[in-house]
Parts: sequence; structure tokens; C-alpha cells
Amino acid sequence: MKLKHTALIGATIAGLLATGYAVAASEQFIGLPSYRVGPFGSNGASLYGGWIDYMAMVNERDGGINGVKLTWEECETEYNNARGVECYERLKTKGATGNTVFQPLSTGITYSVLEKVAQDKIPMVTIGYGRTDAADGRVFPWVFPMISTYWTQASAIINYLGTKEGGMDKLKGKKIGLLYHDSAYGKESHAILDKLAAKHGFTVEKLAVANPGNEQQAQWLQIRQMKPDYVILWGWGVMNATALRTAAKTGYPREKVVGVWWSGSEEDTIPAGDAAKGYTAAGFNVAGANYPVVQDIKKHVYTKNKGNMEDKERVGTVLYNRGVVHGIITVEAIRKAQEKYGKGKSLTGEQVRWGFENLDLDNKRLTALGAAGFMPDLKITCADHEGGGKVKFQQWDGTKWKVVTDWIEGDKSVVRPMIEESAAAYAKEKGITPRDCTKEM
Amino acid sequence: MGFFFEVLIGGLLSGVLYALVALGFVLIYKASGVFNFAQGAMVFFAALTFVGFREVLPGWTGLEADGNFVFWLAFVLALASMVVLGILTEKIVLRPLVNQPHITLFMATIGLTFLIEGIAQGIWGANVRGLDLGIADEPVEWIMESADILVSKFDLFAATIAGALVASLALFFQYTKVGRALRAVADDHQAALSIGIPLQHIWAIVWAVAGFVALVAGLIWGARSGVQFALTFTALKALPVLILGGFTSVPGAIVGGLIIGASEKLAEVFIGPFVGGGIEGWFPYVLALAFLLVRPEGLFGERHIDRV
Amino acid sequence: MLYREAGQFKASYQEDQQIFPIRQDKLGFIAILGFFFVVLPLIASEYWLQAILIPVLIFSLAAIGLNILTGYAGQLSLGSAAFMAVGAFGAYNFILRIDGMPFIVALLLGGLCAAAVGVAFGLPSLRIKGFYLAVATLAAQFFIVWALVKFPWFSNNSSSGVITAQHVEILGFAFDTPVLKYLLTLAIVAVLALVAKNLVRSTTGRGWMAVRDMDVAAEVIGIRPMRAKLTAFAVSSFYCGVAGALYAYTYLGTVEPEGFNLDLSFKILFMIIIGGVGSIMGSFLGAAFIVLLPIFLNVAMHALFAGSMPAGLGSNLELIIFGGLIIFFLIVEPHGLARLWQIGKEKMRLWPFPH
Repeated sequence: MKLKHTALIGATIAGLLATGYAVAASEQFIGLPSYRVGPFGSNGASLYGGWIDYMAMVNERDGGINGVKLTWEECETEYNNARGVECYERLKTKGATGNTVFQPLSTGITYSVLEKVAQDKIPMVTIGYGRTDAADGRVFPWVFPMISTYWTQASAIINYLGTKEGGMDKLKGKKIGLLYHDSAYGKESHAILDKLAAKHGFTVEKLAVANPGNEQQAQWLQIRQMKPDYVILWGWGVMNATALRTAAKTGYPREKVVGVWWSGSEEDTIPAGDAAKGYTAAGFNVAGANYPVVQDIKKHVYTKNKGNMEDKERVGTVLYNRGVVHGIITVEAIRKAQEKYGKGKSLTGEQVRWGFENLDLDNKRLTALGAAGFMPDLKITCADHEGGGKVKFQQWDGTKWKVVTDWIEGDKSVVRPMIEESAAAYAKEKGITPRDCTKEM
Repeated sequence: MGFFFEVLIGGLLSGVLYALVALGFVLIYKASGVFNFAQGAMVFFAALTFVGFREVLPGWTGLEADGNFVFWLAFVLALASMVVLGILTEKIVLRPLVNQPHITLFMATIGLTFLIEGIAQGIWGANVRGLDLGIADEPVEWIMESADILVSKFDLFAATIAGALVASLALFFQYTKVGRALRAVADDHQAALSIGIPLQHIWAIVWAVAGFVALVAGLIWGARSGVQFALTFTALKALPVLILGGFTSVPGAIVGGLIIGASEKLAEVFIGPFVGGGIEGWFPYVLALAFLLVRPEGLFGERHIDRV
Repeated sequence: MLYREAGQFKASYQEDQQIFPIRQDKLGFIAILGFFFVVLPLIASEYWLQAILIPVLIFSLAAIGLNILTGYAGQLSLGSAAFMAVGAFGAYNFILRIDGMPFIVALLLGGLCAAAVGVAFGLPSLRIKGFYLAVATLAAQFFIVWALVKFPWFSNNSSSGVITAQHVEILGFAFDTPVLKYLLTLAIVAVLALVAKNLVRSTTGRGWMAVRDMDVAAEVIGIRPMRAKLTAFAVSSFYCGVAGALYAYTYLGTVEPEGFNLDLSFKILFMIIIGGVGSIMGSFLGAAFIVLLPIFLNVAMHALFAGSMPAGLGSNLELIIFGGLIIFFLIVEPHGLARLWQIGKEKMRLWPFPH
């Protein structure tokens, strides 16, 4: 019955897989589970565009990493978990040494392959999304929620509001509205904000927005009644633009709306038009094409017409630059791993994992990369897979994002115990014995 | 009390926008019995085509980018695209499927949804765009001052447009020859055919009109939340309106829209806090469902009598 | 020539009522089962097992569930994914909260939870018909997903609302490799498919079909529409629920409520339409088609146009072809792949000597 059918298509796919792929002598393969269609297609196009452009630039400018060319292949996930798993399995065995690192840019797909990466020995890097408690590297050796987790970010936002008020003690008695996407992603904000509210003495008013979030009249009228001192916008996709439009409609000042990093890109502000002016959002990377690293991409990639972006105007946008950050971290981890396992060699996923775990991007290194101020400095250890924990805040001036703060750090003394507690619960549920980090090197 | 009315009015005005999308469904269902799930994708396609033309026209013709002329030229071109899309859909997709079960036609329109989404983004790219119709989305001041009730200018404008559209459609159906033919087709296909009404012709017209409605809906929704893929989700807002108002009734779509809009906002504000909020996604459906239990054919739907 | 039933005489009712009354069918079926149970696990790569075969099997089960409701009982539903979610979260909670709960029992209990929820949301079907009912089932779709996100009890207070499936263990034997997971899924799906095939040939199934074809007439000849419709909802949701539990336990491992969204419901509906409404085998064919087509298009696009076309355009082209093929199939063969298979068999009777 289905035999005939599957066999037929199977044979065709196998045929296609066999052709068109030749193994280079010395290469490092990176599988890209991208999404360019669907509700988040525009976000995916910028993110993966920036990432691919950075890798292309490293190949063009430096001839790869110590001579090892980077190769990659995209696989369309449509931001769908099942498609993401298929992509993971398909990309796993490609290239000289298999897929080296998996970065799905989707929390759902992250969860779906969380256990598989440990079995297959492929590191998974989730920069700014994914499973928060995976920052505890003792329980999750293969997962790296780098730069900053949602919880650290929430804490950094509160710290930012504290500095705005003129001291953390000034937050006492303040009322902060939380407008969140009613999903697993949005709910990540609750526990940490409740804890911080108890610590600093402010109150949190939580308002859920049903997916997809293109109607928010009810929520903003409630905000109008509550009169919160600030509103934290924890949205994704169309919800962000709608929130800003509706804030304008109900007369809530945009200066008091602070977004998370998935709410702070040009994709969110441009559709909101004038309503976005004055809106501030967090980001673990900043917008702008004037950083040397972006200039290098323009010089080595776009002048040769090898750029990935269809719309060159979008080089230097927040999400594009976020893609570049993904590229920098991936390339630097491979470079680090090559120092240990042999320069100029194709490395396995397991070896690259070591590179991630020992990644140390201090300010000196960032300056050398042309990314000083572009992304925060970052040091990963065996226990701490998050590393940096710093964000900058940018304000939309009507046409572009302007950086308004220096790097602001989250309150690790609050976040880290929560991460460890949650990771320990997971380890218990799954019967995992946490690694002893004193024995790792 | 002021707050209650504020929510109520806001909800009613949102409801008009839902009705606008629902209208497209009703037109096609009435005339050809097709439950056109692609209506949401058509809204997206229309808005994206309009914005796209507005972007490229100044480059092609050397006209001023913000001028009125470009605006209307883009409007006309987008409308023409919608008409072509509607006619092609009728010819290529639906005509070969005549007399198939409803569910097959329904699935064909879901297939059409993918097709339209792919074509729209393939041509114009996946970029998210803003759309400014020149009406600021801000409170009307005198109402704000006198009653402290917030009513948005833009929503009033949108409601006016929707009202005008419905009125002109009603006139069109009532007083033109095509309109009469349309009503005849809606009543009974075979009877209409037998008295010489060109059925396929009428269907093409209906699809074109649905395209026009999609364009208007797309512009208004696009101005509210940007022209992006999420415009396709407007279909999900229109479905409860449809079952409440009845699939075949134009006034039903309007009244249903008002009821759904008002009740979902009131529910979110006054019931939401007790259950954790975010109930707007399912509340309209449950409301419509509860309503159907009392009146299975919807508010204004035609009563269906089974014969053995 | 190859497919001739001439000379096969049925001497008893029992023989006449077999699922495969024709010998070639029976042999073919056994051969296929053998292939899937014995040969495939030996030759299939991990990619094929994990990324293709397991999801195809699971979706086949969900499609059988929907086919029972829509194809046999004539009730259009757009909430299948939500019932899958109930099954997945149900099974998870049973294993979590009751010590020593055997996996298979939890699976069935998860399915029963889905069945109970399905009956509750099936009640309106007694009064509402057609598309009105379809849109009404969307209430189930949105409400269930909302409730699973909203009430942390369902996900054992996980901060993000996702659940991580426990290890699958039956009688102390751990199913942890792709091959074992595949075999487990296959066994469950095969048994349930057989049950479904028999169910639709039973009194219950004939009652469903009578209600589908005309419920007033069915009532006149003594079939209780309420009973028929509600059993259809219950059985259908049960199948979807078990499929959902398998989706969590043998396929993804970790699931979030939003994974069971409307898109998934539509996908399952596609499977039965493309496969064939009112056909158990069609459910398998449809599931295979809908799972494989986008993957095939993606691979084909990369092989044909890699580098020569902007990546975004490629993805959109896949979408266009996918939508176009669906429409094409509906136009060419509105009765689905199952019908094509049947036509193929008819041809085989005469082959290689047609008139």
C-alpha cells in the first residue's frame, strides 16, 4: 500500500541527495534550519541572511577559519516543530564531519531536539531564546543559551527601569504592566518578574494577548485604567506593531513602553509607523551598519554580489545584525576548538562543543573582530552556558534605532539560583547526573 | 461605567473590521456555495500588492512617492490584480470542481491559500511594511473631554468605510441587473441557469467583488498592524462572525461582527482577569457555538429543511 | 493476470466477511506488514526512521481518527490537533502522577481523556451541521490549547508550559533507539488500524455511514443519530489522542501546547482529503503524501536551484507548488489516492492483456 508510494518518493529524494553534493577537502559544515515563509518569514530572512553573510565574509576575506572553508545548507522549517526535526535529522549527516552546530531560532524546535542533540553529540546554540534553565551547563552539556536568557533579560529590563527612575529603591510602589504573548514564550516572564517584584517592591500587572495578537484594544483599555508606570512588551511577530499602534490609540506614551529583544527590531517598528516613535527595546546586539564587521561584510560580500539579502537596505538592521552575532559566535567557537584539536582540520560536533564551552570573547577580541559595542563580551564556562547576560537599550526615533544605554547586566544573584533550581528539577525528572565541572577542562 | 462604554464602543468598532473580512466569505458562499478559506490570504495579497505598487510606481513613472495620484494608481492596479486573481481562481480552481462535495471545495481553497501566500511573498518579498492612510489613530478629543471615553478616529473612519461598502453592495444587489442575477443564482443555481443567467459569468463577478472587499479590508487592517503575513489571520477573526450571522447573509455579517467584537472585548476585560486572560482567541467561537445551539442556522441564515 | 479473483470461492459467511476476501490482497498485505516490521528496521537509516517513518505512522493514526469522524460519520472537524494535545498531555500526567503506570495503559488512558473531551465538544453536532459545525469545532481547537497553556497543572508547573515525555519503558524494556521507537509506533498503529477497519464494517460503522449519508433517513430506519454521532466523536478523538501521545513519546520527546495548532489540524484534514475520505488505507497514503511532499520539494529545490536563486524565493516557490499540487490533485482525483489505488487494482486484473 504505502510501500509503493514511499519507495518511489524515497528513491527520488535519495537520488537528489546523492547528486549535487561534493565533499570539499577541508570544510566545516553548518546546517541552517531557516524559515523564510510563514508568519515569521521576514524575521527569518534577516536573521539567516546576516548569519550566512558573515560566514561568506569569513570565507572571502580570510579563506575560512585557518584555511577550513565554511559550508552550509539551508533547510526550510516554516517555524514548524515537525519540519524542524526533519531538518535536524536531514542536516545531521551532511558535510565532512556532519552538522557541527544546530541553531533553530525557534523555541519550539529547540525543545523538540533537546534530547536528540545530546545523543548525536551536536551542540545546540540558542542565542536569546530556547530553554532558559539550559544555562546550567552541568545538566545540559550540549545546549548553550548564550549571551542572555529570557530571565536575565527580564532582570536587566528592571535594572534599566531602576536607573531610569534614579535607583533601584525608587522602584518601590511602582506599577509595571506586562503585556505578554499568551504562549510558552510569553509565560517565561512570569516567575522571574514576580520574584523581582517581591525583591524591589513594585507590582506587576500581567495582561495576556491571544495569538497572533492583531487585536489588543481590550488590553490597552485596561492599561489605560491601570495607569502603570511602565509597560513591558513581551511579544513576537504582528503583536508588537499592533501593541504600539494600540498604545498610541489609547494615549499611552511610547516612551514608557519597553520591549524585549524579540519586540525590538525594524520589523516591529516600521509597520507601526509614527506610533513607534519613542519606544525603547532591549537587545543583545545593536542596529547599525557602521560597525567594522558589517562594513567588512559589505566590502567582501556585497561588492562581489554574493550577499544573501534580497533587500540590501536591510543590512545593518537589528535582526540582520543578530544573525551576524550568530555567525561570530559560531565561527569563534570553531576557531577556539581548532586551537585544541588542530588548526586547519574539519572538526566534529563534539569537538566544536568544547569550543563553545571555552569560548571567551573579551572586549579585546571583539575589537579585533570589529564588533566592539556591537555585542556584549561573553565568557562561557562548563557551569555557565549563558556567559554574558548583558543587554543594551535602543530607542526608535521614527526612522532608526538609537542606542540609549551602555550594556546593562541582569541580576545574576536572582536569576542563577532559579536556573539551577529548574535545571535540578529537570535532571531529577530525567535521571541525569549533573557533570562535575571541576573535572572538566 | 465610562470604562464599560469605552470597551463596548471599542469592541463595536473592531467588530466592524471583522465584519469587513466576513463580508468576503459571505459573498462567495452565497453565490457559489464555496466556503472560501483563502479570503484571509486574499486580504494579505491585496494589501501587499497595493503597498508593493506604491513602492515601485515612483521608480517606474517618476511620480512623487507620497502623492495622491500614486495612491490611487496603486489602488487601481491592486484592484485589477484582485479581479484577475478572482477570475483565474474561478476558472482554474473552482470550475473543474463544480458539483464536488463541499469539503473538497473547502480543501481546494486551503490549497489556494498556500498558493496565494507563496505568490504574494514571492513577488513582493517577505519584508514587513508600514501603511499610512493619512488618518491618525488617536482618540477623538471632544468625546474624550466631555465623557472621558476613548473613541479612535481611525476606527470611526474604518467603520464609515465599511458601512459605505456594505450600503453600496446592498444597492448593487438590489438595483442593478447583475445584482438581480446574483441574487437569483444565490437562490437556486439551476433555476437561474434555466432562465438564461450565465452562471459562470456571475461567479467571476462575485470573485472579483470579493477581491475588492479583500482589498479594502487589507488596507484598513494593514494600516492598523502593518502589511505582513499576519494579515492572513484576519480570517480567523471572521469565522465566528460568520457562524453567528449566517453564511449567506450580508446584514448578518455586520450584526454578527458587532456582536462578536463587543462581546469579545467585554469578556476579555471583565471575565479575562478571573481566568488568566488571553481568552479573545476562543471566546468568540464558544459564544457563536452557544448561539448556534439555540439557532442552528445562525442569526440571519436560511433555514435548512431536510427532505428524505 | 496478476490480480484475478476467479476461482476463489467463499463457502461460509465467515470467509465472505474477511477484511481481505481476495487472496492476492491478503498476501500483499502480509508482505507489506513484513516489509515494514522486518525489512525496514534493518535497512532504513536513522533519518528515515526518525524524520519520516515515525511521523508518517503517527499522522496516519490521527488521519484514521479524523476519517472515522469525517469520512464515515460525515461530521467535519477542524479540532483534531487539539485532541492530539489532550492525548499527549493526558498520557504525560498519568505517567507523572501515578507511580508505576505502564506506558501502554497511560497511552490508552490519554486516548480516553481525548475521547471524553471529544464527546463534550461533539455535543453541538446533534444540532449543528456542515460548515457551521466545522467552525464550531474550532472552539475546541482554540480553547484546549489555551487551557493547556493557561493552567500550569497540565504541564507540571513547568515555567514555559512545555512537557518533556518520560522515557518509554514497557515491562522493564526501554524503547530508546529509533528502531525500537519505530517498531513500537508501528505495532500500536497497526493494531489500532486493524481495529478501525473492523469497526467501520460493524454495526457501529454502518450506523455512522447511514448518518453521514442522511441523518433523517437513518433515524427513520432506527439508527439513533445521537448515539452514532457521539460514538464517532469519541472513537475519533480516541485515535487522535493516542496519536498525540505517540507524537510526544516516540517522535518529538518534548511538546508544547502551541505545537498542536490549527495548522496541524488542517494538515490532518488534508491527509484524509488527499488520501481518500472514508478509507482507512487512504489515511496512510494521505499522511505519507502530506508529510513527504514538503520535504521532497525542499530537497528538490536545493538540488535544482542551490545558489542560483534567492533563498526566499525558493521557499515561496515550494509553497506555491505545494498549494498548486493540492488543487491539482483535488481536480484530477477528488476521491483521493485510495481511489487511484483502486483504479490501479482494476487495471491489474486485465494487465498485461487489456481489451
